Amino acid sequence: MLAMNYRGPYRIRADYNMPYPEILHPRDAIIRVTRSCICGSDLHLYHGLVPDTRVGTTFGHEFTGIVEEVGPDVHNLKKGDHVLVPFNIACGGCPFCKQELFGNCHESNPEATAVGGIFGYSHTAGGYDGGQAEYVRVPYADIGPVVIPADMDADDAVLLTDVVPTGYQAAEMAGIKKGDTVVVFGAGPIGIMAARCAWLFGAGRVIVIDHIEYRLEFARHYAPCEAYNFRSLEDPVLFIKKTTGYFGADVCIDAVGCEAAGSAMQTITGRKLMLQAGSATALHWAINSVKKGGIVSIVGVYGPTGNLIPIGNVVNKGITIRANQASVKRLLPRLIEHVQAGRINPRELVSHKVPLEEVSDAYHIFSSKLDNCIKTILVPPSAR
Amino acid sequence: MENMSEEYAHINGWGVDADPENEPTYPMKKYTGDDHRRLNYERPQLQPETVEVLHSNERPGVSAVFGTSVPPSGLSGIVRRYSFKYSEGSFGHWIPLLLADRINVVEGIIDDFKRGHIPNILAEKGWKAEWKYNRSGAVKKILVAAAVTTALVLWLSRKKKKSLI
Ligand SMILES: NC(=O)c1ccc[n+]([C@@H]2O[C@H](COP(=O)([O-])OP(=O)(O)OC[C@H]3O[C@@H](n4cnc5c(N)ncnc54)[C@H](O)[C@@H]3O)[C@@H](O)[C@H]2O)c1
Ligand SMILES: [Zn+2]
Ligand SMILES: [Zn+2]
Repeated sequence: MLAMNYRGPYRIRADYNMPYPEILHPRDAIIRVTRSCICGSDLHLYHGLVPDTRVGTTFGHEFTGIVEEVGPDVHNLKKGDHVLVPFNIACGGCPFCKQELFGNCHESNPEATAVGGIFGYSHTAGGYDGGQAEYVRVPYADIGPVVIPADMDADDAVLLTDVVPTGYQAAEMAGIKKGDTVVVFGAGPIGIMAARCAWLFGAGRVIVIDHIEYRLEFARHYAPCEAYNFRSLEDPVLFIKKTTGYFGADVCIDAVGCEAAGSAMQTITGRKLMLQAGSATALHWAINSVKKGGIVSIVGVYGPTGNLIPIGNVVNKGITIRANQASVKRLLPRLIEHVQAGRINPRELVSHKVPLEEVSDAYHIFSSKLDNCIKTILVPPSAR
Repeated sequence: MENMSEEYAHINGWGVDADPENEPTYPMKKYTGDDHRRLNYERPQLQPETVEVLHSNERPGVSAVFGTSVPPSGLSGIVRRYSFKYSEGSFGHWIPLLLADRINVVEGIIDDFKRGHIPNILAEKGWKAEWKYNRSGAVKKILVAAAVTTALVLWLSRKKKKSLI
């Protein structure tokens, strides 16, 4: 079948000779993919930053598709159902799943205990092939996949597998109180969605920081919010202090993660020399920009080894840090309501819709932020 | 509070999910007390281990399901197996894995040739898109590459002459 094939950092190709997936467990399903996205998280793999990313694997954790085949223990789905599949692989019965921490399942990733299983996200996240393919194996299909409501657009649905829940959970974890000033670092799909959702929790002022002008412009209208380019702010932390009357933001959200720009020291030690698990510039700024007793919510992804952040300031300022992989399944019912009610319009984020065959170019465009790219959907031949 | 919703009336959905109870950890986790039973829960049926699966030494065995993509093999596989002797908190785990990933790239190229496939590395890197949307950048990269290659060739040929004398 046709699928994306990882060959090494910055090198991927569309490969027609990839093996078809098979049912390997009674709770598996095989799904014929109709949409799959490229995510900022995929860039960490694409850039070779995630340990145990093996050559020959297929990425892709945000996808929708038609159920082709189900294992004997899957009773909630039938052949032909059009489903959206949360990016987390979750068993539903371990202590973590039972407590709705579906991003932290203990029965989906043998390779690491610090992260649950994720589709197409290296062996450090379980060694699953992902959805940037014609077909994909979905384990625990009795738990994760949700039938797409008849009135929902497929482009909206595919963004409910990660972008919307992650942006929403970023705002939710921030514990926003009515009237709070919320600063979001990163104007990628996740940051833009976090800014949009901050209003749903009653934010009083929403500020987004990035350095890519077209994304700031988009965020400004979409969220809607104030948006600033950190390249033109001499010191983003000082800027936030000043604009909050020297108090600090009530909450800060890190929607950038381990490939942050903006500090030569972080970039060299984190991304060039790999002495730390990527560059932690945005998190550094978030900790220093938040008020005393404030909350820093992290959804940006970092590697497993460790990062240079001012933990002393976390202690001295009494900051609460809240972070996780989004618990997609927990949030879906509410988020489907929000999309149906028009409070969130996910598909407006989609800037590129590309045939799966052109996956190499699509990654390059998203990675290098060419052609005003915000979010890319790959469409396999059978769904066009 | 009430006049606030008027102030933000232009934002569709403002405050609909505001929750004064949302304080650290709530509602991320629905506490059930299951944590204290540790790993004594009813496990799902176990997926048969049809391929070699490495597992973190911070857990007693493999998870009930797992991916079967690209089992460890070759030199990179040896390094990966070695790395799993160390826990997730150790550089001894992650640094060898990154090393294995780089070795794996070379193995991938050899493998391509063995199958009679010559990898088109420029296409894999998305050069068509670079040429279309970032032509000046592409030209710059080509010029830099050409300059570096020329310098390298000159330097190597100079060295050769010397050794001939
Ligand atoms: N926790 C989760 O469940 C989850 C889910 C999805 C994505 N993520 C992570 O969220 C992050 C963002 O994802 P995305 O898809 O929006 O990626 P993206 O690459 O499209 O966006 C990241 C943005 O951050 C900007 N940026 C870089 N340095 C910055 C800085 N110092 N300050 C402010 N902005 C900066 C970039 O210009 C870019 O626009 C990634 O790390 C991704 O892995 C986490
Ligand atoms: Zn994603
Ligand atoms: Zn579980």
